[in-house]
Amino acid sequence: MDVYLPRTLAEALEVKARRPEAVPIAGGTDVMVAINFHRLRPDAVVDLSRLPELRQWREEDGAVFVGAGMTYARLVRELSWCVPLAQAARTVGSPQIRNRGTLGGNVGTASPAGDTLPVLAAHDAEVVLGRAGGRVRALPWDQFFLGPKQTALAPDELVLGVRWRRLRGPGSFLKVGTRNAMVIAVASLCLVVDEVGRAVRVALGSVGPTVLRAPEAERFAAEQMQRAGAWDDPRAALSDAVVEEFGERVAAAARPIDDVRGSAAYRRHACAVLARRALRWALGDRRLAG
Amino acid sequence: MRVRLNVNGAWRQADVWPGASLLALLRDSLGLVGSKNACEQGECGSCSVWLDGELVCACLVLAAQADGCTVHTVESLAQGGRLHPVQEAFLDAGAVQCGFCTPGLVVAVVDLLRRDPSPSEETVREALAGNLCRCTGYQKILDAVRLAAERMTGGDRGSRA
Ligand SMILES: Cc1cc2nc3c(=O)[nH]c(=O)nc-3n(C[C@H](O)[C@H](O)[C@H](O)COP(=O)(O)OP(=O)(O)OC[C@H]3O[C@@H](n4cnc5c(N)ncnc54)[C@H](O)[C@@H]3O)c2cc1C
Ligand code: FES
Ligand code: FES
Repeated sequence: MDVYLPRTLAEALEVKARRPEAVPIAGGTDVMVAINFHRLRPDAVVDLSRLPELRQWREEDGAVFVGAGMTYARLVRELSWCVPLAQAARTVGSPQIRNRGTLGGNVGTASPAGDTLPVLAAHDAEVVLGRAGGRVRALPWDQFFLGPKQTALAPDELVLGVRWRRLRGPGSFLKVGTRNAMVIAVASLCLVVDEVGRAVRVALGSVGPTVLRAPEAERFAAEQMQRAGAWDDPRAALSDAVVEEFGERVAAAARPIDDVRGSAAYRRHACAVLARRALRWALGDRRLAG
Repeated sequence: MRVRLNVNGAWRQADVWPGASLLALLRDSLGLVGSKNACEQGECGSCSVWLDGELVCACLVLAAQADGCTVHTVESLAQGGRLHPVQEAFLDAGAVQCGFCTPGLVVAVVDLLRRDPSPSEETVREALAGNLCRCTGYQKILDAVRLAAERMTGGDRGSRA
């Protein structure tokens, strides 16, 4: 097994060009478990944990770019203005895991339970991919995440980061698990409100082969807010029946399976509960802000 | 492969299998067996160390990733034959039974108290969520954290034997 320890992104991309089979390792919180348990014996690994180019985030005219090497601990500290992302990051593992695990690793693993994935999907994020020679492409999240642990990443590419247009409006991330910490989601949900586009966006984790949106429920929520006059007047209320119906429509978008962590029926139910809660919070936040 | 790193203030080097973890390097190559190996999957925290000042699970760091880095282990805490106040508090509060989880917990508690010298109970629970103990039921560990925090901030002066 060869280990490459590049010190710049360009060097790392060169390694991937020469040795496409080299497994990237960032925080190692997924890769090392696989190595320790003999599930992975790569011919080569390439360390990304010290590439300064990946360990940063920046605003780019109306959009935000978050480098793949941003750890959860730093997302909590430095991107607290993106409430759903900071909330998702804070639920990951333990302090030890959050100090080490990265956004790029979550994207690279592409587990349907990855906590940042619903946040990326709800923000319509793109995944930015790089190749040697400065070649860069960006794929919308739904063209990047193809299935459980399957992505559109080419063997000679690395994830540089993710990018999305900054939204004005409240949002949250919620996760159901068997306890408060160190838990893989049984179901998770991110809801964001786009005040400018007058849209509500909802993404679900852990209830399908990959992260899912709930477009029908999204349209319903936006229409009901329109009907109630809530886009113009944040104090205008939605009826309990509407919030209830929204939850059912979100649950209908889930495609859960039965597994050791929960039954499909429980997961669907959890989606409805989380959706109603997230919508009520968002409406409450709008009232406070409005 | 050869890895060179600064451990507890001294530069050391070790020849390790390229897939070895930092934990394996510390224990098997350097004989620093304070960091424990229980799960090798980040669940138990018994291997907690500082890598360039950050609390991490040594079992999840590829040894090669620590090349050129600074590592502090539980062995760095006692100074000149004197235990660290957190270690003393664990003894005094009866927070140690079999002791397997203790080094990792002590490291995690020291890390917490460096960042937040008087943490709330909630903060303590959140900070220690990554450290498992099969013996104590955690209450005495929480007591030890409070005792250490009081002593280290001077809130408990005089009551110490
Ligand atoms: C105890 C424990 C608790 C956990 N809890 C949670 C949790 O609550 N929620 C959650 O979502 N996850 C959790 N995880 C899983 C893991 O921490 C996350 O998926 C994390 O984001 C992985 O990041 P990393 O940097 O450690 O990735 P690594 O293990 O280094 O890499 C993960 C994968 O991504 C690839 N990769 C990494 N960076 C790049 C890049 N820049 N370009 C291309 N490929 C790349 C790697 O090759 C590998 O396939 C937990 C893991 C452990 C051990
Ligand atoms: S041995 Fe590293 S966390 Fe359990
Ligand atoms: S004292 Fe035995 S595991 Fe904690």
